[in-house]
Amino acid sequence: MSKVRLLVGTKKGAFVLTSDGKRDKWEVSGPHFAGWEIYHMKGSPVDPNRLYASQSSGWFGQIIQRSDDGGKTWEQVGSKFLYDGVPGTHQWYDGTPHPWEFKRVWHLEPSLSEVDEVYAGAEDAALFKSKDGGKSWEELSGLRGHGSGPHWHPGAGGMCLHTIILDPKDAGRIYIAISAAGAFRTDDGGKTWKPINRGLHSQGIPDPHAEVGHCVHHIAMHRSRPDVLFMQKHWDVMRSDNAGDSWTEVSGNLPTDFGFAIDVHAHEPETIYVVPIKSDSEHYPLDGKLQVYKSRSGGNEWEPLTKGLPQKDCYVNVLRDAMSVDSLEKCGIYFGTTGGQVYGSSDAGETWAPIVRDLPAVLSVEAQTLA
Amino acid sequence: MIRVELPTHLRTLAKVNGEVTLEVEGPVTLRSVLDALEARYPMLEGTIRDHGTLKRRPFLRFFACAEDISHQSPDELLPKAVEEGREPLLVIGAVAGG
Repeated sequence: MSKVRLLVGTKKGAFVLTSDGKRDKWEVSGPHFAGWEIYHMKGSPVDPNRLYASQSSGWFGQIIQRSDDGGKTWEQVGSKFLYDGVPGTHQWYDGTPHPWEFKRVWHLEPSLSEVDEVYAGAEDAALFKSKDGGKSWEELSGLRGHGSGPHWHPGAGGMCLHTIILDPKDAGRIYIAISAAGAFRTDDGGKTWKPINRGLHSQGIPDPHAEVGHCVHHIAMHRSRPDVLFMQKHWDVMRSDNAGDSWTEVSGNLPTDFGFAIDVHAHEPETIYVVPIKSDSEHYPLDGKLQVYKSRSGGNEWEPLTKGLPQKDCYVNVLRDAMSVDSLEKCGIYFGTTGGQVYGSSDAGETWAPIVRDLPAVLSVEAQTLA
Repeated sequence: MIRVELPTHLRTLAKVNGEVTLEVEGPVTLRSVLDALEARYPMLEGTIRDHGTLKRRPFLRFFACAEDISHQSPDELLPKAVEEGREPLLVIGAVAGG
């Protein structure tokens, strides 16, 4: 029988939640790496027992952990993330040049075809790649070096490369997103890059239609249609039907189009999910009601999903990497909150139940569907 | 024999309990002690000093014989008591918790 494993990164450690295909009873393992921030964990599509975890701390820096047995045991691998050549400068909050400084890894994206290949998205923004299971890392410096890098500036959470999407039909194509620079694409495996922000409109920056400078929060793609992308921007939910060459707004009837997380149904490429958040200064749901919104039409027309979610006095946030779907026949969807709850739905969002209620603040959730 | 006392999280990473003892060849300085520490426990590379620059991480300090030596040159000799193993070199993290 199929199983589901959730990899949950929190402010104070990692947790691994497992269930059978019914998804009504869960075993909780953890905390792993207790006391450390686990920004992200993800399993390899080639070997789901190969997991990578980003472990970091303001005191002791960055650690990368690897498991080859589905999270039962872990091995510390390499954490030497050095920028290629002279790092140069990006813009600081006040517009002055600021040297690129490595702080942490926000996102790990294992290769779709090679178990030992994995990408890491870093703050300050850069993309790194390992070809030896995380032991050593090399920057794909064409991204920072493509020309606009000196004009990038951090969002309030830092200048982080937080989204990495590998195209399942074109091994050379990778999408990434940076706060607050925008989205970028390579078609040659990371050698050359271009900004893909046409159509984004961001109030509060000097040129609302600028080529770079947009605070993209997250991007999602359905593997059957890699040219179709869905984006939760700081404000606005967007879609692209041409691999990011242009974007159109699909916020439609959302009660607020600010948010962080966005994901796509495992079997319905036009069914997408977001968690509307009140505003950029009030990082909690509207009116204290935690609601996932679902669109079956790829945006514009949205319906709230509330059954089983708190509908009063709820003031948590759902961060950008904290939503994920499984690929069982009835698609499961999961998200974690800054209040330490992980909610799950085994019916594509119609009904929800808390899997755990009292973890540390959840930074990331990744679902794995196991045979 | 040089004694080094590490913060809890680094002892966990290094899989050690209590103090670490090291043999250091040549002059006993912060640099030579940390080099020896990282050579014996490579999992600590980057956790006390940044990779590349080898600068002390900002939330850590070094103490020896009750003196803060965080800001002295990494090539300055450590006190005799540390060199002779009578006192440990302390690696201390900023206090968290409010």
